[in-house]
Amino acid sequence: MATILTSKPPAKAESVDPVTVDIIENALRNARAEMDAVLFRTAMSPGIREQHDEFPLIANPEGLMVVGQFGLSIPAFLDGFNGTVEEGDILFTSDPYACGGAISHANDWLILLPIYVDGAVVGWAAQFGHMTDVGGKVPGSLPTDATSIFEEGVLVPPVKLYRKGELNSEVLNLILNQVRMKDWNRSDLNALVAACRNAGRRIQELCARFGTDMYLATLDMLLQRNYDAMKTLIETTIPADEVLDFTDYVCDDGMGFGPYKIHCSMWREDGKLILDFAGTDPQSAGSINYYLNESLYKMFFGTYMISVFDPQILWNDGFYPLVDVRIPEGCLLKPRYPAALSCRTHGLGRIFDMLTGLLGQRQPEFLCAAGFSSSPHLMYSGYYSQGERAGEWFQLYQIGFGGIPGRPFGDGPDGYSLWPSFTNVPNEFLESYFPLVIERYETVADSGGPGFYRGGNGIDVAYRFLEAGQVSIHDDRWFTYPWGVNGGLPGGRSRKWIERADGTKETLPSKCDRVHVARGDLLHYVTWGGGGWGDPYDRDPSLVAKEVEQGLVSAQGALRYGVVLDSHGGVDTEATVALRERLRGERGPVKLFDRGFDTIEELRERCLAETGLPAPQPPPTPAAAAR
Amino acid sequence: MTYRLGVDVGGTFTDVLLIEETTGETFRVKTPSTPHDQSEGVLEGIRKVCALGGISPSAIDHLLHGTTVATNAILEGKGSKVGLVTTDGFRQVLQVARSFVPGGLAGWITWPKPTPLAHLEDTVEIPERVDTRGNVLRPLDEEATRRALQHLASRQVEAITVALVNSFANSDHERRVGEIISEIMPDVPVSLSCDILPEIREYERTITTVANSYVSPVVGRYLRSLEDQLLHGGLGAKLRVLRSDGGLAGVATASEAPVSLLMSGPAGGVAGAVWAAAQAGYTNLLTFDMGGTSTDVALVQAGKPRIGRETTVGDLTVRASSVDVRTVGAGGGSIAHVPQLTKALRVGPQSAGAEPGPACYAKGGVEPTVTDANVVLGYLPPALIGGEMTLDAAAAEAAVAGIADAMGLPDAKTAAAGIVDIVNENMFGALRLVSVQQGYDPRDFALVAFGGAGPLHANALGKLMGSWPVIVPPSPGVLCAYGDATTSLRNESARTFIRRFNETSDGEVTALLATLATEAQSALDAEGVERSAQTVSWQVDVRYMGQGFEVPVDVDASQVGDGLLASVASRFDAEHERLFMFALDTEHEVVNLRAVAQARAAHVKAPTLSVGGPDPAGARTATTTVWVQGHEQQAGLYDRSLLKAGNVVAGPAVIVEMDSTTLVLPGHAATVDAIGNLLIRPVEPGTLDADKHLSTQTEAHQGDR
Repeated sequence: MATILTSKPPAKAESVDPVTVDIIENALRNARAEMDAVLFRTAMSPGIREQHDEFPLIANPEGLMVVGQFGLSIPAFLDGFNGTVEEGDILFTSDPYACGGAISHANDWLILLPIYVDGAVVGWAAQFGHMTDVGGKVPGSLPTDATSIFEEGVLVPPVKLYRKGELNSEVLNLILNQVRMKDWNRSDLNALVAACRNAGRRIQELCARFGTDMYLATLDMLLQRNYDAMKTLIETTIPADEVLDFTDYVCDDGMGFGPYKIHCSMWREDGKLILDFAGTDPQSAGSINYYLNESLYKMFFGTYMISVFDPQILWNDGFYPLVDVRIPEGCLLKPRYPAALSCRTHGLGRIFDMLTGLLGQRQPEFLCAAGFSSSPHLMYSGYYSQGERAGEWFQLYQIGFGGIPGRPFGDGPDGYSLWPSFTNVPNEFLESYFPLVIERYETVADSGGPGFYRGGNGIDVAYRFLEAGQVSIHDDRWFTYPWGVNGGLPGGRSRKWIERADGTKETLPSKCDRVHVARGDLLHYVTWGGGGWGDPYDRDPSLVAKEVEQGLVSAQGALRYGVVLDSHGGVDTEATVALRERLRGERGPVKLFDRGFDTIEELRERCLAETGLPAPQPPPTPAAAAR
Repeated sequence: MTYRLGVDVGGTFTDVLLIEETTGETFRVKTPSTPHDQSEGVLEGIRKVCALGGISPSAIDHLLHGTTVATNAILEGKGSKVGLVTTDGFRQVLQVARSFVPGGLAGWITWPKPTPLAHLEDTVEIPERVDTRGNVLRPLDEEATRRALQHLASRQVEAITVALVNSFANSDHERRVGEIISEIMPDVPVSLSCDILPEIREYERTITTVANSYVSPVVGRYLRSLEDQLLHGGLGAKLRVLRSDGGLAGVATASEAPVSLLMSGPAGGVAGAVWAAAQAGYTNLLTFDMGGTSTDVALVQAGKPRIGRETTVGDLTVRASSVDVRTVGAGGGSIAHVPQLTKALRVGPQSAGAEPGPACYAKGGVEPTVTDANVVLGYLPPALIGGEMTLDAAAAEAAVAGIADAMGLPDAKTAAAGIVDIVNENMFGALRLVSVQQGYDPRDFALVAFGGAGPLHANALGKLMGSWPVIVPPSPGVLCAYGDATTSLRNESARTFIRRFNETSDGEVTALLATLATEAQSALDAEGVERSAQTVSWQVDVRYMGQGFEVPVDVDASQVGDGLLASVASRFDAEHERLFMFALDTEHEVVNLRAVAQARAAHVKAPTLSVGGPDPAGARTATTTVWVQGHEQQAGLYDRSLLKAGNVVAGPAVIVEMDSTTLVLPGHAATVDAIGNLLIRPVEPGTLDADKHLSTQTEAHQGDR
């Protein structure tokens, strides 16, 4: 239990005029945007710098987030920290189990600093970012075969990185000694600290400008604004006497078991919205467990709900009392210590498809298909054998992109991601820093699910390796499909294969480590497409023909829209009308959700033939799961 | 007698300014712009201004021109049909772009993805490949290339971009493809990415070059037609065009790289602001150009605008040097609204535009805008002196009253004050982006306000920023034309050269800088500028090994040669510390090298006002009522054209002129300087809460310049 050294902050102002509230809201939004800007410009690892795998927040004195994007419970964090907290201190942790899952694997390094004005704590700034490497048994620190968190690299309990402004360099050196890419970690950590300090300075400026009493009173009003807005939304948009359910899957755990079911039920109860994950499969013996923080899920849920109605609203914890997230202990989303957590990205991604699936059943403005709710990873590492860098270690961590789903507002973009602010890494940049050549970077025709609005295509990236090394892959949706909605068809699954320099071809599993590659080997990393939205037989045939010309859909693929092309690539109208009529009759009424299979058993039976990989086995019973 | 002509084509009016260089005597004409062919309005303006000045067109030496032809082609989607040639495997480089979805966590649900500027069906890939150090991995297959180009020819593309992977390291293949295109389609203009942006990052290089192709035909046609007509009209003056980076270019250079003209308009405004403020003795400036739908802000240090490496127009962002202008989508026409769900007051991003416009224009607009709020508060008098339009105050009041009702505020005036406060806060955010967030203290800068709405909001922003004085130049509408007329020829040459400092040497970098300087100077040579009248400076973009962003470090002639890299490294560390509050003990890396050749700026003398005493009574036309600080106050209403140098107008006051209105707040006073700038400062420092300490500090900072 931490002791916070603070003088008594001034009493909150009794009233704040509404315009000042809006002005402070705007200033907080700017402060948060500045946190991101500072981090992106100064971090070194491509994961943070180019792909923006990081999350900031600014909290009020009690630790409630007033602006930001993650679910850190500051009180819970401080409960687990023995010591004082005073001005100039900066706290640091990488232990998900020490902060209620605010960070969900040891690669995420979390910085927390108190913000002081005149000796009193007026708030907190926090930010975490994904480190490319935190040590452990494989480069990248995401071992597929880990069975406890102790195999996943250095695990930093809450410590003071700075004590009254002084860097605790011994602790830092101890930590950095465990990791493979010290410079990146040091620089990324510096960048996180700089971003949080920047936020602290902005809050101090706001207190100086408006008065601390006014500032603190405004935070209460902003929290209340979220509460009121959400209360109205829950009452007007969530049916009162109905339980909505949705199920989706993580395909496998990389150890031969799967799929793992994630199940969520949603209903209203005493003015509150309940999201209950009962029915979700037990935790895995491997590392795909996703320690889901309840507040984080509230935040995700609220963002999807409110932003459609007032996109300029500032996100905060104010509405949290209105939503109750229930996650059974010991399930995939709340594993027991010391379960391995490193490969949680698949579960994290899937809960976004869960959200659209749940909300979309009654809210047409949210009914999207399943889409690129993932950040599949590629790691490639080794030593340069020649040239001016001979003997130097290289280590790549890259996030992949795929198809955004078909949406009520239009087609899903090809080769994007629904993660906020992620960007791809320029291929010329990759080639400059790693011993590889990107021979192809192109979306895959027909991988987007057909629909009135087409799902976005997945991407095929072909990596030609110029040095021997080892590769890790973490992807999903290779076994189940990204589902379509309202008659839209599922998107294409992910695939990986390697063409060896000697001409042989190997299909790689979706999750694997320690794949040895030789100079000249070519890896095809194909991501999945987005599901389609609406009836593909209603899509404008001339648009389908144009997309065939563009190479986004093949002539064969056009038939899935019921579109027949003539020898010049134009629409054969007569044949199209006839084909569509026949296909509509064969299909019957459209399905709300089209998963591309009826039962998991049926999917297992076709797996080897369709994917070249054996079907995963049902996950072991809870009793057999690792403890 | 030598004359120069500044011509600025805006959306509504074309401003033409004739300057006699030695006396500074000016003649000014405003004619309606002619969007279908901007040259018509330009020629009409020139004819009129020469008549006004009583000179023959042949007496004009230089015609200096800011143009929005390129910008409008992008904004209106009226550029050319561009064919794109890429490396095999990269046909979808624009389709995928950087995979970035704006709008936060749920942004993907509603984001409409823009169509690529070169359509996918007009994009072909060709077999070839070089690596990142320039080695050929796969030779260019000319046969396959010809077939691909025939396909583009059959699609009747109007311009072609060639952007091959790693061409920044080896441009041979791109150049060869360019030659083949000129055989197959001799009349189609070709842009090579190695010419337009020889820098790493394939998407940015490609989109920038495609944007160049997209505007190239329309810009080329326009400039050639203008040049022909000028000659035809007996005007032998050299035509020069203002580029986004605030430098001038000859017609040939501008036509080859029109992508560098996208910010010509805003750059002219900044250049004019620099010129006007310099007359008052201020060189560290924040510029604030607030129009109807958007506002542009920029930072100027020691008389030099900060130059950024990116240009954004609408949805399009390209890498082209431009005055680092940040645009916020808020202006006089921004609509205020109150979402029912949150009851918050939001201003923008929707704008009433010119049609129907604010409610007070009485052209059918009913939604409350920032301009309406200014009318309700009495800042914009209903009948403007010399103005062609009267404002409907009742309509403004009715529109703003709707906001008061939705928020539960007592009256329209309170709501109007809220709208103005919110929009000022948005502007404040934009000004912070270019100052505080770049490590600059805004109290070290004067704030120069122009544009239709800038002078109305400037005093309030000066208070928020602590930036004094607030300078309102004379005739803000003609400022761009002044900017055009007072800048100089500039040319830039750059290349990507990625090396760790220990992988290169002072000698190697110095030699490359010398080559770039020669390239940059050649364009000025071609414009007939003597080498003795040219200056060259360099920039080296540096980062810590492993970072993704570079920081440009300026290099001058005294720093090249031995010790160059060490000096660049130490200055990079200092700049990094200033920007981000830390430096690292990590290896440095060069990313880009750039040379800038610049001709001497023309010395244009400013016209001066007749001198008067502090008392401005001679310009006071009436007393009006304004709502400030929560209550009504009586304010003086002044006619700016009657003010004399030395007059001091105490706030609250409203100073009107033909194309703008300046608001002076209580506790502040505007001093008229020799050329007619209004310099607004707080009076009696210490008596005003927000201004405590600020004005005296600012005087200390800038008083000795």
